Amino acid sequence: MENYFLDNEDILFHLKHMDLDRIITLREDNFKEAEQFPFAPLNVEDAKDSYAKVLSVIGEICGENLAPKAVEIDEEGVALEDGEVRYAKGTKEVLDLFAKADLMGFSIPRTYNGLNFPSIILTIAAEIISRADASFLNFGLQQDIGETLNKFGSESQKEEILPKLASGEYGSAMILTEPDAGSDLQAVNLKAHQDANGNWYLNGVKRFITNGNGDVGLVLARSEEDLSGARGLSFFLYKRDEHMKIRRLEHKLGIHGSPTCELQFNNAPATLVGERKRGLSKYTMWLMNSARLGIAAQAAGIAEAAYREAYKYACERIQFDHPILEFPPIYEMLTEMKVAIEAGRTLLYETARFVDLKEGLEEMKERYPEKAAEIKADLKKYSRLANLFTPLVKAFNTEMANKAAYDALQIHGGTGYMHDFIVERLYRDARITNIYEGTTQLQIVAAIGGVTSGTAAAIIDEYEQEDYSHVPELHKELLSAKFNFEKTLVGVREVDKKDFLTYHSRRLVEMATDIIQGYLLLRDAAYSDRKKKVAEVFIEKMAARVKANMSFILDDKGVLIDNYSEILG
Amino acid sequence: MGLNLIVLVKQVPDTQNITGEAMKEDGTVNRAALPAIFNPDDLHALEAALEVKEAIPGTKVHVLTMGPPSAAQVLKESLYRGADFTALISDRKFAGADTLATSYALKCAIEKIGTYDIVFCGRQAIDGDTAQVGPQTAEKLGINQITNVSSIEKVDPKKKELVAKRSIEGGFEIVKASFPLLLTVNDEEYVPRPPSVIKMMSYKNAGVGGDESAYDESYLNSAGTERNKDIISLWDIAAIHARVESCGLAGSPTKVKKIESVILKSEDIKMIENTGEAIADMVHELIADHTLG
Repeated sequence: MENYFLDNEDILFHLKHMDLDRIITLREDNFKEAEQFPFAPLNVEDAKDSYAKVLSVIGEICGENLAPKAVEIDEEGVALEDGEVRYAKGTKEVLDLFAKADLMGFSIPRTYNGLNFPSIILTIAAEIISRADASFLNFGLQQDIGETLNKFGSESQKEEILPKLASGEYGSAMILTEPDAGSDLQAVNLKAHQDANGNWYLNGVKRFITNGNGDVGLVLARSEEDLSGARGLSFFLYKRDEHMKIRRLEHKLGIHGSPTCELQFNNAPATLVGERKRGLSKYTMWLMNSARLGIAAQAAGIAEAAYREAYKYACERIQFDHPILEFPPIYEMLTEMKVAIEAGRTLLYETARFVDLKEGLEEMKERYPEKAAEIKADLKKYSRLANLFTPLVKAFNTEMANKAAYDALQIHGGTGYMHDFIVERLYRDARITNIYEGTTQLQIVAAIGGVTSGTAAAIIDEYEQEDYSHVPELHKELLSAKFNFEKTLVGVREVDKKDFLTYHSRRLVEMATDIIQGYLLLRDAAYSDRKKKVAEVFIEKMAARVKANMSFILDDKGVLIDNYSEILG
Repeated sequence: MGLNLIVLVKQVPDTQNITGEAMKEDGTVNRAALPAIFNPDDLHALEAALEVKEAIPGTKVHVLTMGPPSAAQVLKESLYRGADFTALISDRKFAGADTLATSYALKCAIEKIGTYDIVFCGRQAIDGDTAQVGPQTAEKLGINQITNVSSIEKVDPKKKELVAKRSIEGGFEIVKASFPLLLTVNDEEYVPRPPSVIKMMSYKNAGVGGDESAYDESYLNSAGTERNKDIISLWDIAAIHARVESCGLAGSPTKVKKIESVILKSEDIKMIENTGEAIADMVHELIADHTLG
């Protein structure tokens, strides 16, 4: 029996050691639902036990059903037939299994027949699924849409839609991008107007819509004709009807099992979600952040699959009378891959924890306004951290997955370039992760504020207060890297040159990520000797990287900024 | 009106994932090295019953298993998939039962349930591979049976009959039979559903009710919570009104004469000339050591 949860020792390691108590207590509102629902947890331990059991069901479906179908799904792809999307046979079959297993309402509240699982567990599920087939996006999307609607939708919207998302009867889509509004969503142009009775209608075109054939969609649209930019945008719930046509499906490099649709709205009736004019600034940003965490998890899953394929091949492939694993260039690539995956995973879970704490506290504030003052400081802290860490991990994991898939293919040599091995699919599938839900470049834009304004420095200082007596030497090395990072931040602030900060943003964000991951790996090392070795390898390379970034930034006189236009012509 | 369905299931050692430690040195099965699983064909039988339940409102699915206390795990798995009632038929006096004694005990348990329409069994269990328990149980109950069923084509609750497709050598046949009726189901057409995680979380602490004092199995006491503590019924020999002399070793005419551990080893390769004479010699040699013939 293949089980993609139970065979992943690193996931099991984290699930065993990470601190979930406060997250669970907040999420379960002190276990009030235990009396109402026989499947609601009675306490923290009960919740953890349920998480592991449910993840094991997902692990088995993914290992036994989804992974074996992934090749066929990739080859068959999706098709537009008579205006309707046809999924690959395998995708449909596994979707059916997910629905039968009652998994589609993973993070939807129990009142609407969901499981009410926190982000951290959803993140693990998303990784397991993507390791089997990264194109199986329906599950993750459903949670993002469900959670957004649950947070911002009206009671009647929730009651109508959420149970159908939880049962899997409805599929769903987030409908944001347009031909001229990709990274710049402020330019969204799809029109929303009201008739005399106050009913809303949508008109216009949306492009690159994952699962645009879904039965329900959350649509970003311009509701204020006279207001340009973000302030003119509102958020709408659209239920699929004859007023929306799927014009075409994109032919993509990877994730062939996922339909990417171009949609034409022709006076399509919709209902407003939340307040007008907050479409982008509030609701889309919230939805995107939750989706970004999902993509970071998806990337981790692809990287894990790539590593496993490469490791297996390196053990089996004999050249010069030896398995190629024994050759330094090969074992270096594999070790770097493994260490980077574990660095990415520990950052992913830390991020998900911050998101859960932020969401849990927000929920608590809403339920018990009298406690607002008591939790104010924590809520502010975790909001900032969630906002910083989400783009950090999205950027790191998706670039890491590309590198892992690239190296995994390289280890396969010529064979890897052929269709016969799954590594070429992983290589293609990985390529979208650092593009959609905001390119890496946009994640840097989202993260740089937190890096320079002190949020990163504050959490790093907090990590510094933890006990590292189990790894004194490594801690010393990390401290010196931390010092180099701080020195660089000070140096950058002193430079008064146009574009200088933006130009170096990526390097600064990478430095912050490096230091944070260093601390997280040291924390993990407290529980296992193997993790100590992982931390050691990571910190050795990381310290050199941070130093190189520091000298490049601090010594830079603006050579590229000053000369790029002449060079480019 | 709904039907009363009974599914007979068995927990078996996972003989499909054999490792080097599967057999002990004395040639017996090393159960510790083989995980205990839901007998695969029985999952198909359960699926067949659940699909009938979904098609005919008011239908109830009862799942029975005979085995040691740890066999309650397959009953939990059945609850996760939608069973309405489960009972563990367990008693030290059932130990050592062959197919005859097993089918007798199952017959008694089915009669305890009372009225029923269809009994579903897997075609065979992967540990003994006899495929006898289903047919023997039907004989003892004196009811119709259809073996090796790949799918149920039609169920008529009013006429109390069904039409099933059963696999035969080189094809299939369509058979109609009236209730009460026993089916043995193969793995050809039904796709066993995954557990519902909602039911799984609801029943994960399901314990076995009844007299637990007869056992010293920590499993029974590990329910952990009051919730669903007694959801699985425990039926001992008295509960199903079975005769002691027909159960367990006492009721089992099958006697194991000898257990032999057969280990197939590859030895030296023997090269022969590609001539008629050399091949004929090799064939004679293979016949002599009973590899052929």
